[in-house]
Amino acid sequence: MNFWRAIVLAALAATAPRLFAGEIPPDARRSGYSFMSPGTRAMQDDDSSNPGMLFVLDGEALWTKKAGSANKACADCHGDARSSMKGVAARYPAFDKALARPVTLDQRINLCRANHQQAAPLPYESRDILALSAFVAHQSRGVAITAGDDPQLNSFVEQGRRLFMQREGQLNLACTNCHDDNFDKRLAGSPITQAQPTGYPIYRLEWQTLGSLERRLRSCMTGVRAQAYEYGAPELVALELYLMSRARGMLMETPAVRP
Amino acid sequence: MAALINVPAKARRGDAIEIRTLTSHIMETGFRRTMDGAVVPRDIITSFTCRYNGTEIFRADLFPAIAANPYLSFFTVAKESGKFEFEWIGDNGYSSTASASITVE
Repeated sequence: MNFWRAIVLAALAATAPRLFAGEIPPDARRSGYSFMSPGTRAMQDDDSSNPGMLFVLDGEALWTKKAGSANKACADCHGDARSSMKGVAARYPAFDKALARPVTLDQRINLCRANHQQAAPLPYESRDILALSAFVAHQSRGVAITAGDDPQLNSFVEQGRRLFMQREGQLNLACTNCHDDNFDKRLAGSPITQAQPTGYPIYRLEWQTLGSLERRLRSCMTGVRAQAYEYGAPELVALELYLMSRARGMLMETPAVRP
Repeated sequence: MAALINVPAKARRGDAIEIRTLTSHIMETGFRRTMDGAVVPRDIITSFTCRYNGTEIFRADLFPAIAANPYLSFFTVAKESGKFEFEWIGDNGYSSTASASITVE
């Protein structure tokens, strides 16, 4: 009796991961880098061929450029970004006490502009906001992701997780259907990755420019024929937060190159 | 505009050396339209030149099919210490320059 029960249990245990396909075990997580062709990897690895580095250079110039009616530069408060910004992007989106919700790195830059520089916000996906966030996030290259560690973020991580698991659009697909259950397979010739956001903002060859994680999420939503959330929408921030917390411990690669 | 240049800092006389250049440019083809149907005007780099101590050693013409932020790599022979000067010229009077030094032993 016990013998047969053991066999049944063993069979269940062996098939369980397939039957209840769900979250990826921590040691099985892989950066989008590992799904890329050798040519695209080489492009990311060499800073003099990685087009994302052009934006990092622009961001470095913006860091010390005075802006707004306060006539202050980022560097006037934060000093040398190489030390002050190291590891910062790895913990974003982070909880903002005044707003009582998480904010992305791009939103944090604009909050700084509004509160400390008295400058107009930079539009989402504009060259300057991408350059600044690429420059800040580049300081965390090689640092392990810690986003979502703050207990105040728990309910927002959970909201992001629910959105990740929720089917949507005319194709009625959830993020999890591709990125947890079917990674390493192909969709129209392109590899399906695990959606680990280790290198944002990324230089996407298809875009011919740098783009944020929100842009990437919105293009996936359009892909499943769903109405994409607006830039800065709480749902996108929650998804971003969930994805970053799902990649906790993985190393930042900013600026990553992706096909 | 920002440019990334990779030239070996040192080389032996007679060595073939690789030069890699990457520059910021949108390379707008002139074939795309906006949501209201208006043509987005062409805005590309049309020409790139590299001079080695004043002598032109490499030139390239660029066309609308070339991707944004053009990357060009080429080889030359290290003859003498000095300076490489790079120049990108394009539509709407676009011009951008960069330089790099090399020591030849």
